[in-house]
Amino acid sequence: MNAIHAENLSFSYQDRPVLHGISLSVSCGEMVGILGPNGSGKTTLLKIFSGILRGIGEVRLKNKNIEKYNRPELSRLFAVVQQEPRVNFPYSAAEIVLMGRATYHSPLALETLHDLEIARTSMDRTDSLGFANRYLHELSGGEKQRVMIARALAQEPEILLLDEPSAFLDLKHQIQIFELLLRLNRERGLTIVAALHDLNVAALFFPRLVMLCNGRIHRDGAPSDVLTEKTIQDVYGVRVRIEYDSATKKPQLFIRPSLS
Amino acid sequence: MKVLDRKKMILVNSALLILLVLSAAACTLLGPVRIDLSEALKNIFSSTADAEILLRARLPRVLLGIAIGGGMAVCGVVLQALLANPLACPQMLGVSGGASLGGILGLIFFPNWLLPLAGGRLGEISWIPLAAFLGALFSMVLVYRFSLFHGRLHPYHILLSGVILNSFIAAVIMFLNSIVDFYQAQGLLFWLMGSLSTRAYVTVGFIWFYILLGFLWLWSKGLALNLITLGEDAAMHLGVEPGALQRQIFIASSLMIGAMVSVSGMIGFVGLMVPHVMRLLIGSDHRLLLPASFLAGGIFLCWADTLARVLLAPAELPVGIVTAFFGGPFFLFLLYREGRRSLAL
Repeated sequence: MNAIHAENLSFSYQDRPVLHGISLSVSCGEMVGILGPNGSGKTTLLKIFSGILRGIGEVRLKNKNIEKYNRPELSRLFAVVQQEPRVNFPYSAAEIVLMGRATYHSPLALETLHDLEIARTSMDRTDSLGFANRYLHELSGGEKQRVMIARALAQEPEILLLDEPSAFLDLKHQIQIFELLLRLNRERGLTIVAALHDLNVAALFFPRLVMLCNGRIHRDGAPSDVLTEKTIQDVYGVRVRIEYDSATKKPQLFIRPSLS
Repeated sequence: MKVLDRKKMILVNSALLILLVLSAAACTLLGPVRIDLSEALKNIFSSTADAEILLRARLPRVLLGIAIGGGMAVCGVVLQALLANPLACPQMLGVSGGASLGGILGLIFFPNWLLPLAGGRLGEISWIPLAAFLGALFSMVLVYRFSLFHGRLHPYHILLSGVILNSFIAAVIMFLNSIVDFYQAQGLLFWLMGSLSTRAYVTVGFIWFYILLGFLWLWSKGLALNLITLGEDAAMHLGVEPGALQRQIFIASSLMIGAMVSVSGMIGFVGLMVPHVMRLLIGSDHRLLLPASFLAGGIFLCWADTLARVLLAPAELPVGIVTAFFGGPFFLFLLYREGRRSLAL
């Protein structure tokens, strides 16, 4: 079954078109990386999938039109990790993670022991349990991001959407997060769609990549099909050399600056 | 993990409730005229002077102060959450201005409307709370419309258009004040300054009804309020429909602000100060923050009004002066501290 199916999807912000006739299917249990330069429509595409924006064209989630879902249903199907979490009030990391459980209990009730247990496991998975009681605004960008991923896991979604999940992370935590995503995908069949900037990381961890360029799908396939010298030159206007790592058999980019 | 649990809910709320009851009792006894309590209680059903002062003058005023202080604090909490801005309050959003204008138009043009209803037993309540509610709702809708672009609410636009609307309304009120006759002008001015005064129990009952209604409505949205402070997108991801929530909060808080403004004018700073202090003390979970702020707001205004009554006794200060006296410096301190930390709280 398709987790997400978009048919001829277009979107414009007022008179500025962002997406042109995108057709894309993501099967249940797939792990897909969305690539493309700034402004190519990655974030917009994720926002349409998660029901924040409404495009022209059809979006079906698990064979049901997205319009037929209400907000709480969507929040049990999807969890989203946003680019820049904004928290203006003093909430502790644990409180933030528990907000992921909001959709499961009545608006007047407090969290149950079951909710607490799920929050604790989610924080443990993202290595954020250590600062559960600290205020979110006191945490570093990387720590914050791990809390946000923990909250997404606490939602127990079937589909996880991430918008540049490693933007603020150092190398260790970056790899840790992608390994976690890979494990969640393999062990629990979680469908994952992530907008990514780092092409090498994308090639290492994502079996399927979709390259967007000016709001259209430029290439869709395995890393070896998508990350070619020609594609990178066409889409980013950057000259690269592609080599295959002998251990992982994955393509990796080497940048060839025009001045050196 | 330290999170809100039943124990904390019960502990904080009952501690504040006890404090509120004690404050109410103390504030009823305190005043320019000394009251012999045992004498007053003994003669509670006959009307000796002491019993009269206690039951007819002070107690209704204290009860009114509690409702209004609590209501202001609750409105502050929800507006701050809605705008994701810890410095928002009804005054800054033009809401209180709108309520004042609604109330004033009511006072000038139909002062005695509805009075004949129920054989005059509705007393002074008349329809001014309703006029103020409509004014509050109108200005909120106006600010909302001017801050909504492509289906999104822009918090900065809300604050800016709110401030602008408030000064515009202030000008209109001043204009109205200069065209009405002298007696009316004096009454309006006193009303605008924000003061509590002794009211009939029926009025106090009405105000409590409006404020409790609004409070319960908002409290039932406590969890959604937690989520909306994370921004509209995040709230949607977590299962909240922001538009519906915003509309409900606008209506509920307009109802409360209208009721409050109609009896006491706008008493400043309660809605800013109390939520802040409570957030520092008990955290930002609105399921606890709302009732706790209601109780703390009641305690605060109860004491502020007692100060206003006794400081220059037998003369009386408008309570707005007392709250502004504490609130102004406190607000500056907050701004300074937040600027230094370059982080909202």
